[in-house]
Amino acid sequence: MTIQPHRLAEGGLVNRERPLSFSFNGARMLGYEGDTVASALLANGARIVSRSFKYHRARGIYGIGPEEPNAIFTVADAVGGRRTPNMRATLTPLAEGMQIFSQCGWPSPRFDIGALAGTVSRMLPAGFYYKTFMRPARLWMFYEKLIRRAASFARAPDELDSDDYDHRYMHADVAIVGGGPAGLAAALAAAESGARVAVMEMRPHWGGDLTDGANGEIEGKPAAEWARAVAKKLSQTKNAEMLLQTTAQGYFDCNYLTAVQESPAPGLRQRLLKIRAKEVVVCAGAIERPLVFAGNDLPGVMSASAVRAYIHRYGVLCGRRILFLTNNDSACEAALAAADAGASVDVADIRHHPEGHWQLRLQDRGVSYYSGCGVAGLLRTANILAARLAKLAPDASALAAGGEFREHAYDIVAVSGGWTPTVHLFSQSRGKLKWDSKCGAFVPDESHCINPCAAAGAASGVFSLSGCLKSGWEAGLRAAQKAGCENKTKTNARDKAPKAAAPPAEYPPQFVPLLPATHPVGRGPGKHFVDFMNDVTAADIQLAEREGYRSAEHMKRYTAAGFGTDQGKTGNINALVLLAQARGISPAEAGHTTYRPQYTPVSFGAVTGSDRRELFSPERGTPMHSWHLAHGAVFEDVGDWKRPYCFLREGEDAAEAVRCECIAARSGAGIMDATTLGKIDVQGPDAAAFLDIVYTNNISSLQPGRARYGMMLRETGMIYDDGVCARLGENRFHITTSTGHAAGVMNWLEEWLQTEWPNMRVFCTSVTEQWAVVALAGPKAREVLKKAGASENLTAEDFGFMHIREGTVAGAPARVFRVSFSGELALEINVPARYGLHIWRALIAAGREHNIRPYGTETMRVLRAEKGYIIAGQDTDGTVTPADMNLGWMISKTKKDFIGKRSLSRPDMLRAGRFQFVGLLTAEKEKPLPEGAYLLREKRARLPADAEGYVTSSYKSATMERAIALAMVKDGFARGGETLYAALPNGERPAATIADPVFYDKEGARRDG
Amino acid sequence: MKYSLWTLARNALDYHRQWQAAWRSPEPRAEYDFAVIGGGGHGLATAYYLAKEHGAGSVCVLEKGWLGGGNTARNTTIVRSNYLLPASARLYDHSVSLWQTLSAELNFNVMFSPRGLLHLAHNISDMREIARRGHSNYVNGVDAETLTPEEVRAHVPFINLRGRYPVLGALLQKRGGVARHDAVAWGFARAADSLGVDIIQNCEVNGFDIRGGKVQAVRTSRGKIKVRKRVGAVVAGHCGVVADMAGFRLPVETVPLQAFVSEPLAPVINCVVMSNTVHAYVSQSDKGELVIGGGSDPFNSYAQRGSFDQIEHVAGPIVELYPIFSRVNILRQWAGIVDITPDRSPLLSATPVRNLFINCGWGTGGFKATPGSGHAFAATLAKGEPNELCAPFSLDRFVTGDLVDEAAAAAVAH
Repeated sequence: MTIQPHRLAEGGLVNRERPLSFSFNGARMLGYEGDTVASALLANGARIVSRSFKYHRARGIYGIGPEEPNAIFTVADAVGGRRTPNMRATLTPLAEGMQIFSQCGWPSPRFDIGALAGTVSRMLPAGFYYKTFMRPARLWMFYEKLIRRAASFARAPDELDSDDYDHRYMHADVAIVGGGPAGLAAALAAAESGARVAVMEMRPHWGGDLTDGANGEIEGKPAAEWARAVAKKLSQTKNAEMLLQTTAQGYFDCNYLTAVQESPAPGLRQRLLKIRAKEVVVCAGAIERPLVFAGNDLPGVMSASAVRAYIHRYGVLCGRRILFLTNNDSACEAALAAADAGASVDVADIRHHPEGHWQLRLQDRGVSYYSGCGVAGLLRTANILAARLAKLAPDASALAAGGEFREHAYDIVAVSGGWTPTVHLFSQSRGKLKWDSKCGAFVPDESHCINPCAAAGAASGVFSLSGCLKSGWEAGLRAAQKAGCENKTKTNARDKAPKAAAPPAEYPPQFVPLLPATHPVGRGPGKHFVDFMNDVTAADIQLAEREGYRSAEHMKRYTAAGFGTDQGKTGNINALVLLAQARGISPAEAGHTTYRPQYTPVSFGAVTGSDRRELFSPERGTPMHSWHLAHGAVFEDVGDWKRPYCFLREGEDAAEAVRCECIAARSGAGIMDATTLGKIDVQGPDAAAFLDIVYTNNISSLQPGRARYGMMLRETGMIYDDGVCARLGENRFHITTSTGHAAGVMNWLEEWLQTEWPNMRVFCTSVTEQWAVVALAGPKAREVLKKAGASENLTAEDFGFMHIREGTVAGAPARVFRVSFSGELALEINVPARYGLHIWRALIAAGREHNIRPYGTETMRVLRAEKGYIIAGQDTDGTVTPADMNLGWMISKTKKDFIGKRSLSRPDMLRAGRFQFVGLLTAEKEKPLPEGAYLLREKRARLPADAEGYVTSSYKSATMERAIALAMVKDGFARGGETLYAALPNGERPAATIADPVFYDKEGARRDG
Repeated sequence: MKYSLWTLARNALDYHRQWQAAWRSPEPRAEYDFAVIGGGGHGLATAYYLAKEHGAGSVCVLEKGWLGGGNTARNTTIVRSNYLLPASARLYDHSVSLWQTLSAELNFNVMFSPRGLLHLAHNISDMREIARRGHSNYVNGVDAETLTPEEVRAHVPFINLRGRYPVLGALLQKRGGVARHDAVAWGFARAADSLGVDIIQNCEVNGFDIRGGKVQAVRTSRGKIKVRKRVGAVVAGHCGVVADMAGFRLPVETVPLQAFVSEPLAPVINCVVMSNTVHAYVSQSDKGELVIGGGSDPFNSYAQRGSFDQIEHVAGPIVELYPIFSRVNILRQWAGIVDITPDRSPLLSATPVRNLFINCGWGTGGFKATPGSGHAFAATLAKGEPNELCAPFSLDRFVTGDLVDEAAAAAVAH
């Protein structure tokens, strides 16, 4: 076994029987099961673990939780070496074979060339990039490239993510965030009241900081043992769900919480929980603030509570000689723990003559206690920190006059600047925060809380163990009660909070924005860092204020304080206090920046859940899809559908296949799968009246058994969708929509019904998936249908255009529409979806003697273009009216109203110069125009120019033996025969002549059979 | 003090103690010739060009909170001009041409980075759309190139070309890109301030004194401010509220628009990539974050809050198009409040109140227009009638029907 020089012989939650080997930047190390990456590195004495992003300063592990600003690594798996960037070492459990890499520093974080940036740091104050690199403009891209490269960040992963994720929906009466003393007390209270409780704890163990030290006793048991017992009891309770390694991330409207659970099940990397709670209690604890002193970012400077927690949780003593630098009593407890663990400990306390419980205990232990003393400078030589201890003036804002310095050497400087309640979720819930001078931070103001959200324990600014238990218990009771669950088992439930001994008298903390140094702020070698992650110093914040960036948001955005992936969990309050000081106002007046989701970063994978790979937007196929696959179909995506674009036969390319398909449909028979068309069943006593409103033409006059081509407009009067509206009975209609608009039209109808005409008795049901539809087109269509064994009424000569009949086809019940989108004699055969493949096969077999050929969407588009039939969304674009498309005849003159009617009478609809629907014949017969090409009047017109129109559809027509196009042209109806020129970016200007858009069978004789 | 490498070096010698405030914080005067309501990018740009190009007398900008704190601070910083319709193309392209020299013009580096912008096409209908837009851009003098899937891969090597919605092609605007959004507000503010414009922060407009069909004074939380000439309301997310104070209504709907960023990564995407069909657009900031636009919430609201389902809607497509991002983390999400008109084009218009003009309704994509909008609107305010760029964007169009309907060509994303 290699040596872990900083591992204690005993103590902590690690399993010394289960060593784990791992590597850090290639060096092999050992840790234990139960370690985090951070604790294992500290046990091995790792000191410089990263480089800062701007000045490339050497940085070490600072904290123990989500606040960690420095120790963020790329972690590669033992097997396969797959890399995951941006893993926070303090939250990442160590695993066997893990390879851990620093993300910055070249060639290594210990010797980083980029550190040269530090030598010119005086040229690089906050916002320096706004003041230079402006001329010449084109050079910015060059500077930008350098700046982007210089910032040291992780490389993106370079391979696919083979892990799985999922989502889980949960409901709770009371959701409790945090499983420390307050959270557990709240959970107990709420669960005993009968409420359904969900408790989330980000760490892998219950009790929060109770594991971090000698916290006395709760209910007569050692605190940590109490926590374990309570968690065990709750997890055996039916109405409590206890979730470890689960971090609440976001608080959204209507008490909707999101949380991420790590490794919830074998093979599952993360699970996103979506929790709808009646009440929320935030017991998320507090995060220790740094002190702002010169040199406070050097490797070896750590949070005092982290030093203590590494001892108790992981059995790691970070250094042998430790200076605790503090402005409050909590670090005294930590100092005692370090002394107990065998470290030589000094304490420098900026308060003058604090005399309380902890000071006495430390003195009893023989710890040197320098009161009224700060660190005026810190220097690092290898792993030794030379601290310059200096006496402070009584208000600690300056060095004491004539004071002397003492130089002491330490391994670690452990810092406590007080505690910042974790108010993130409370604030996200739209709860207001108020400045609390007792803890020098913002705390929840429950009198200004919009959502049913409460805070308890340290998150609410209550730090003593007995206080946490009491506030948690009461918040839990209240929440359960508000959620409708009364505690019936206990009388005087309020008084039954778990009890802990009253805390020893605390000596009040003393908050100062920064500690004075031997040199003024911003002028010495040691910088006063505020945001370690983004390299923001006190001088930067003062500069921002000086330059007018005085609101909290301006300061944040100008200096980038709080913009890091820690979202300023250590630095924000110090930055805000420094800003307030510079402005000469109170922190309460200066305010704070906005807390937003996510509390800690959440992977795209977790948010995506199982909606990935084949489950991301599942493909839709028709009942005939398998046949298409087996018969050379080339598919195109239309919405979620896979539709055959064409069917390739031996030796054909797509263009040739389309040509042959067109010929087959025009000369014999073609067959198309039209199942994807949107189909809506509209029923009810007011169905006809309702459809009169949504279609431009008259529907109520339609006879049962007949169909009509219908047009729908937006309120703007512009064409939205078209389709067939068939009347099945007095109060029942079957309407079709284009494939792409199927869902949209359905929603559109519902929206009108629910918002404008809620009294109409109409019921719309999407039946797109219930019917399979086969369009059988061509002069031989009727023969094919006959051969396929259709009932007589369907093949009779008197089955006229725009009629519908019910009968049987090849034994299947069928509803057949005599409609045509090809201009040929056509029958659209609707059968219940389960018969779709059957009748498709039957019709193909029946059509063999007529050389029937299946055709796809492209052939459909060519056939209809030859007839001048429009496709809504291709030939129309939301700016054209029916009149523009020469479909003015579809506007009912008799109806009182329909959607879009009023808009059609606006002046712009009636003016000259509107784009109108025309056909185009290319001068070069063989060369279709590109779709979307714009048309010019003059061949040599200079650009930019006003275009005369644009091409909406363009094909090579086998039937017409030439290229044809459809277009929108200014006043096009009156310009037949005129030649226009398509403006192509390659410089060509092919000519085309305006023509009637009905190129083929102008009389419509073929359609009628 | 002029900003330059030289002054930066000179100030470094003095530990940066001599830098002056980028703008003053004046008390409002009793009277101004022009009042601009709204201290976001568009409002500050309007004030700047009023002072710079029109010698407009006294100008104030009234800002409810902190300058640049609305949508200027919340957008995804995309700049482009490849719009379909001529009126839009002219307005946005004017803006792009101003972007190109804006840093030097303002003596403030707004970090305009024309790194190119791709619109992906995933199906035949998309291909038709980018083809039409590309041709339209060509005719309107806006740069556009169509790319093959392989050319798309050259821009974004790790893109999944053959996913559920394969990439069939793309439209590239090389002059498109991104800029540093906050810097735009700050740069215009500093430049306007140096021309004598009073920028008054924390000054909320509560109403107007209107007599004889004209605004006589603006009532604010910091007292009444008389107006000699004209008022420009340049308010994103609350234009309906301001119109209501002046006694008329606007055809806008106000909804939250979502956006989010990932943790920083070393440079990995060097252009802007947009996909309307799967609704995912992404660029990378100079600080390394992937900046990703979400959709707008389907309900009306003035709350600048993130909603989770919009993030979910986007995360799936992002992972599908860029599978390597699955293990990248989302850092922070937020929302801006956008005023959306029926045709999704802005309002740069006169109003029923004779000397009150509006510049609003930019919907989900106003950032890119900041300099162009300010420039054109300043001309409009100075003259008291819409200039030629503004004219098509009048309030009137919803009466006459002469819409500028960009949504029609699916060019609705930003």
